[in-house]
Amino acid sequence: MMSKIESFDELKSLQERLKAGRDPKKPCVTICVGTGCLAYGTQKLVDNFREELAKRNLAEKIDFRTTGCHGFCERGPMVIISPEKIFYQRVGLADAGEIIDKTVLKGEVIDRLLYVDPATGVKVVHEDDVPFYKKQTRLVFGLNSKVDPESMEDYLAIGGYSALGKALTGMKPEAIIQEVIKANLRGRGGGGFPAGWKWDSTRKAKGEPKYIVCNADEGDPGAYMDRSLLEGNPHLVLEGMIIGAYAIGSSEGYIYVRNEYPLAVKNINTAIRQAREAGLLGANILGSGFSFDVKINRGGGAFVCGESSALFASLEGRAGEPRAKYIHATDKGLYDKPTNLNNVETWANVPFIIDRGADWYAGIGTENSKGTKIFSLVGKINNTGLVEVPMGTTLREIVFEIGGGIPDGLKFKAIQTGGPSGGCIPEKYLDLRVDFDELTKIGSMMGSGGMIVMDERNCMVDVARYFTNFLVSESCGKCVPCREGVRRMRDILVDIADGKGREGDVELLEKMSAAVIDGALCALGNSAPNPVLSTIRHFRDEYKAHIEEKRCPAGVCKALITYSVDAEKCTGCMVCSKVCPTGAASGERKKAHTIDPAKCTKCGACRESCKFDSIIVK
Amino acid sequence: MINLTIDNKKIEAEAGQTILAVARENGIVIPTLCSHESLEPSGACRLCVVEIKHGKRTRVVTSCLYTVTEGLTVDTKSERVMAVRRLVLQLLLARCPESVQLRELAGEMGVAPEPRFTPDKDNVKCILCRMCVRTCEKVVGVSAIGFSYRGMEKTVCTPFKEDSATCIGCGACAYVCPTGHIEMETTATDDSRTIWGRTFKMQACKVCGRYFAPEDQLTYISEKTGVPAEDLAVCVSCR
Repeated sequence: MMSKIESFDELKSLQERLKAGRDPKKPCVTICVGTGCLAYGTQKLVDNFREELAKRNLAEKIDFRTTGCHGFCERGPMVIISPEKIFYQRVGLADAGEIIDKTVLKGEVIDRLLYVDPATGVKVVHEDDVPFYKKQTRLVFGLNSKVDPESMEDYLAIGGYSALGKALTGMKPEAIIQEVIKANLRGRGGGGFPAGWKWDSTRKAKGEPKYIVCNADEGDPGAYMDRSLLEGNPHLVLEGMIIGAYAIGSSEGYIYVRNEYPLAVKNINTAIRQAREAGLLGANILGSGFSFDVKINRGGGAFVCGESSALFASLEGRAGEPRAKYIHATDKGLYDKPTNLNNVETWANVPFIIDRGADWYAGIGTENSKGTKIFSLVGKINNTGLVEVPMGTTLREIVFEIGGGIPDGLKFKAIQTGGPSGGCIPEKYLDLRVDFDELTKIGSMMGSGGMIVMDERNCMVDVARYFTNFLVSESCGKCVPCREGVRRMRDILVDIADGKGREGDVELLEKMSAAVIDGALCALGNSAPNPVLSTIRHFRDEYKAHIEEKRCPAGVCKALITYSVDAEKCTGCMVCSKVCPTGAASGERKKAHTIDPAKCTKCGACRESCKFDSIIVK
Repeated sequence: MINLTIDNKKIEAEAGQTILAVARENGIVIPTLCSHESLEPSGACRLCVVEIKHGKRTRVVTSCLYTVTEGLTVDTKSERVMAVRRLVLQLLLARCPESVQLRELAGEMGVAPEPRFTPDKDNVKCILCRMCVRTCEKVVGVSAIGFSYRGMEKTVCTPFKEDSATCIGCGACAYVCPTGHIEMETTATDDSRTIWGRTFKMQACKVCGRYFAPEDQLTYISEKTGVPAEDLAVCVSCR
């Protein structure tokens, strides 16, 4: 247990002591145990490492650190050997002993565990040379690989809480707010509202107490940036919140986190307990006279609770339903008191701004979008994972240079940004420089940073149907346009995908969208038509093919496609007949196979297994 | 006082008033389905939307919630507004094809059902206007009913759909329900009524003998107000 840190000077000397106690040349094995890597079974690898180190009596001589997500989830389990920063990926659960014996003790590189750059075929030895990392600016997220999220000492040793010390002892609250305004930090949760101005409004609002809230109700399908920050570096988020609380004049904060994020809940709880013990939360923080504490509130898994007024309702113990926001939360938020809500990533950016200054921060990014943004790059992409890039990085760089392009040699078709309420962006905008305003201009949005990549085998009607269906099941049901309207839009999309689309459906969807945007009560409803509108805007032909020609060009919508075999290409290898679950694909060895349409369920197993590209989907 | 314009009519209003209240005071009709003078506005039905102009910006807002400001220009029947109202009514007509009240309102507004929406067949007449729930909580003060589930599954019901222990059988929910969805059955002799799965014994007036209120409701009122129960056993007409 850490004893209470009474002043900034004491904090500085503690940081120095911790830093001095760490020999940068001492070998260290770092393993990512973020949720993605844990899903690979990495905990077993961690246990193996501990066991093998103990067996060799090396526990004292070699540091061993488990950390949060590094971002390159596609290639887990990942092991990094310092000080050389040798990067091993897709490490087998039984590889621990070999890595210790060969790499850690003798400095030998194990060839088979290295990452091969698919573009050049070259094996990459060092982490920093992996193209996925090389082209990123991992300002916020990069710290994840340097700290054990359960160790406050780790965070302090890399200079953690320095920004807090600087803010509390050397800066007036107004000066902090001015710094955040000057840095033009915009909310990472979706809206992109300037955080500094929000802080300023909350500070100036009448009413006590004032609350600050961290929105960790990340609910977009495929997005896990905030989760990985809370899991991997909870003290960073906490430090941002304490600085914000001091600037705003709040002594009470909440973190609203999804209960489906058990590791995030556990790690932030640990961090809060540690910060309290060290006197960084509680009364008279660092002897400054400022007091602040944080409580955790676990959300029950409703997407709508990421919306501020619904989040407050849920925090207060009521059903998560939004209310009209004609009065801002900065005046009347949680318990009708002035409340400042920012999301996890926004809070995590704050210590950097205070530590290094607004000018430095504003030097990163575009004119109106500063700093970096973490994106969760998923879908049809070679390097699935979390990437952090400066605002203004092009989609092409993100998808092709960092993401490594589309798997299986397929063609890029679209990228969905901004989560379910965002939009699909077609190929012609690949050179778009991603920031808050550019994405909005073409009918999508930044959202919290989800990026779902789609290839030529994704049907855009099906994509719109999927996201709209998600929004139907996540509508709180309070207002009619969202509850009833989005559902009816979903029904029409289902009809179109089922070949029951009618002439005029696209126009009706557009008309309904306009009325839902104008008529819905909250931002979830207002933005619910976005997936439909953006797919119609950029892929109207695909809708027409479904409705007029009863054809699904991408070969996805089951009612509109048939599977057959290209007799010229088929070698009669019989693989399709073996994987076909219904016996529809059949034939004799070395003779062209056939697919019986009466039995075929269009599951696609034959196409996936065929090595000769002989399955035709039309 | 605040000066504003509604439908080209110059109007003076008190600060803090909603657009809906000001419009009604001035004889301008804005349709609503979830508004009631005894209840705080909730903004659920979206029928009362209007288009406002402040400077150059126009936007659609909820008139039952938006408070008037100096220089505000309001259009209660703009094309954008009518598009929202039309859609809302068409959606509700498809949800509750049985509802006479909705059909009448649609008729008045010249809105025909959208043929592309297949009408629901579950005979539900509830439009989730929340008036019953708000009345039970805010006016009666017992919160016997609330919402279960969300989105399309959202339903007004008692907790866990069990017979409510807190319901006093006052029937305010059925009274305020605009579509007749909440049913309250009374026996031929009026000596008991059934609502939300529970049957309530009615109190006969000590003077005229007419059954006039559930016993549970009178007990509740007595507890709340401190008026002795026997004083409440006389109906309003005989007091």
